[in-house]
Amino acid sequence: MASVRLKTFVPGPAMAPPLVSSGVIGWMRINLFNSSLNSVLTVVALFFLYKALPPMISWAFLDAAWLAPSPEHEGACWAFIINKFRVLMVGLYPGELVWRPMAVAAIVVILSVLTVARKLSTRLLIILWYTLPVVLFFIINGGILGLPKVEQSLWGGLMLSMGLAVVGILLSIPFGILLALGRRSRLAVVRTLCTGIIECIRGVPLITILFMASVMLPIFLPQGVNINNLLRVQIGIILFSSAYMAEVVRGGLQAIPVGQFEAAGSLGLNAFQTMVFVVLPQALRHVVPSLIGRCVALFKDTSLVIIVGLLDFLGMVKASSQDPQWLGYDAEAYVFCAFVYWIICFSMSRYGRSIERRNQW
Amino acid sequence: MYLKKIVVFLCVSFLALGSTGLASTLEDVKARGVLNCGISEGVPGFSIPDSSGRWVGFDVDMARAVAAAVLKDGEKIKFVSLASKQKIVAVSSGQVDLTSRTTTWTLKRDAKQGVDFTTIVFYDGQGFMIPKSMGVTSAKDLDGASVCVTAGTTSELNVADFARANNIKFEIVVFDGKKEALNAYASGRCDVFTTDISQLASLRSTLAKPQDHLILPEVLSKEPLSPLVRHGDNQWKDIVTWVINGLIAAEEHGITKANVLEIKATSKNPVVQRMLGKSGDTGSYLGLDKDWMVRAIQTVGNYGEIYQRHFGPDTRLNIPRGINNLWTKGGQHYALPIR
Repeated sequence: MASVRLKTFVPGPAMAPPLVSSGVIGWMRINLFNSSLNSVLTVVALFFLYKALPPMISWAFLDAAWLAPSPEHEGACWAFIINKFRVLMVGLYPGELVWRPMAVAAIVVILSVLTVARKLSTRLLIILWYTLPVVLFFIINGGILGLPKVEQSLWGGLMLSMGLAVVGILLSIPFGILLALGRRSRLAVVRTLCTGIIECIRGVPLITILFMASVMLPIFLPQGVNINNLLRVQIGIILFSSAYMAEVVRGGLQAIPVGQFEAAGSLGLNAFQTMVFVVLPQALRHVVPSLIGRCVALFKDTSLVIIVGLLDFLGMVKASSQDPQWLGYDAEAYVFCAFVYWIICFSMSRYGRSIERRNQW
Repeated sequence: MYLKKIVVFLCVSFLALGSTGLASTLEDVKARGVLNCGISEGVPGFSIPDSSGRWVGFDVDMARAVAAAVLKDGEKIKFVSLASKQKIVAVSSGQVDLTSRTTTWTLKRDAKQGVDFTTIVFYDGQGFMIPKSMGVTSAKDLDGASVCVTAGTTSELNVADFARANNIKFEIVVFDGKKEALNAYASGRCDVFTTDISQLASLRSTLAKPQDHLILPEVLSKEPLSPLVRHGDNQWKDIVTWVINGLIAAEEHGITKANVLEIKATSKNPVVQRMLGKSGDTGSYLGLDKDWMVRAIQTVGNYGEIYQRHFGPDTRLNIPRGINNLWTKGGQHYALPIR
């Protein structure tokens, strides 16, 4: 039997794509010069970069004084930031106790890394994040376990900004969820109340709430009754943020089709179980991008506390640039401030993106 | 009608509650062991957190003197940074015992807003800065000069009033912010820059060559700065008033941080002896002990020393004493007799 030899087809090597649509040139053609308008815009943008970048780089790096202010250097004086670094980070917190904010920072960083790396179960993470503020408060405030108490008027800098933001975010999410559920409640009283709260708070700017909390409230309170200024401001921030979170969550709730409720009901789940195990997990998943967006906005909003006299990160940057020993370094101060804010906000939004990608199904 | 009655009832009961809660501030402070003092969030020379996180400045030292007199320790003080809008309410509502925060003493604040001013610690007012190269030493010689001012402040009106009063003409150039106006002045857009004298100094030190600019002695407006306390506690007001007055008196008598104990031991001057508690018992009139003034001076020095430390020629601010000098040296500070 003669063997039949089948001729197999062997494809030759693929031809390289034409030079104009691959590699750097191709990328540029597709992204930068794909129409005459874009070509013009690209050229204009390049021109501006050419004009702006070299002076910026030489100001920030080449001509900068790093360790001590020196008249020979025309550029930035980063020695100012180095000298002021402690007050920028922790405000007026006593120098010998600075290890406490440092420990707190370490805890926050470790917990953030664990969260991002997804090494722990979601339930454990939630428990950890919600015990975090309590632990942090006792470490920073002291007064227990032999730690000397540190007055809240000494708290400041990035520590205060982060604290206000973290507590604000952690507490306003559950409050926001409750308000959102209340707004969809069938009970008229609950619904009206929640709608009223949300709309009242959303109707005024955060500055107004902070002013009310900080300036007006003491006038209404009887003499001798003092609620701590920081606490009042923190409550104001939580209230403000809750109202916005509620609207975000409500958007997610509305996206859940009625079939989900019916299916849950037919499985024998009661209203509470339906909400907690079926509806909310899906609803929250829908609104992760907006929730992260609110968190970033809230972190930036905390810089408004400067108008009620709290020296948060921005407030400390401002005060430091007014120090008679270090006058004239406003540019360095604000550039540093913007850089730190950017790092933190950008990290948050990157994390938000990663959650979104994981949730796609 | 009922509503009105309820509101009135509530107000009255609040007031009643308030008045029962009103202990003497002195007793409160002593019981607490800490003086709560409101200060600004950062005004160069007046109060600023330094690099080690400690409040320093002219206003800060005034408050430390009070703490030293009352609590025997200038460190037993809690500084609360207050925004400008809070500075009156914080005192009138009792959040702080004392506000030492660049506050101008005006009729409305004193009479209508539930606070009492104590005594003037700094006579501020609008002033002029010019390049030294102009060769002018008095603002009255500035006829025809162009002046950089900040929009929306009283600066503009004050400059116009000054020109009219002295029969000279200015060309006023208005800018949105203080920094913009200063930059315009620095780049030669106008001949003169004007704002409050205490700020002129710190703004000048940010210029490329501060030593080439001169602050003229004329003061265009009155901004007497005074610490304030809650209205109605006369004893506490007296304490703050007389501690600061004592610091001025100390300068008149040449009593300094360094020599106060020596002078107390050796001085034969009856006025000095009364002030430092060697003879008589001036402290008891205020509810304090005999050494109240000694401790205040030991802690912060006399008025002149405090001024030198924060505004003197060795600092970058370098504000000339001018009307903030003693009355014997052509200024306005005139210590009342301590007896």
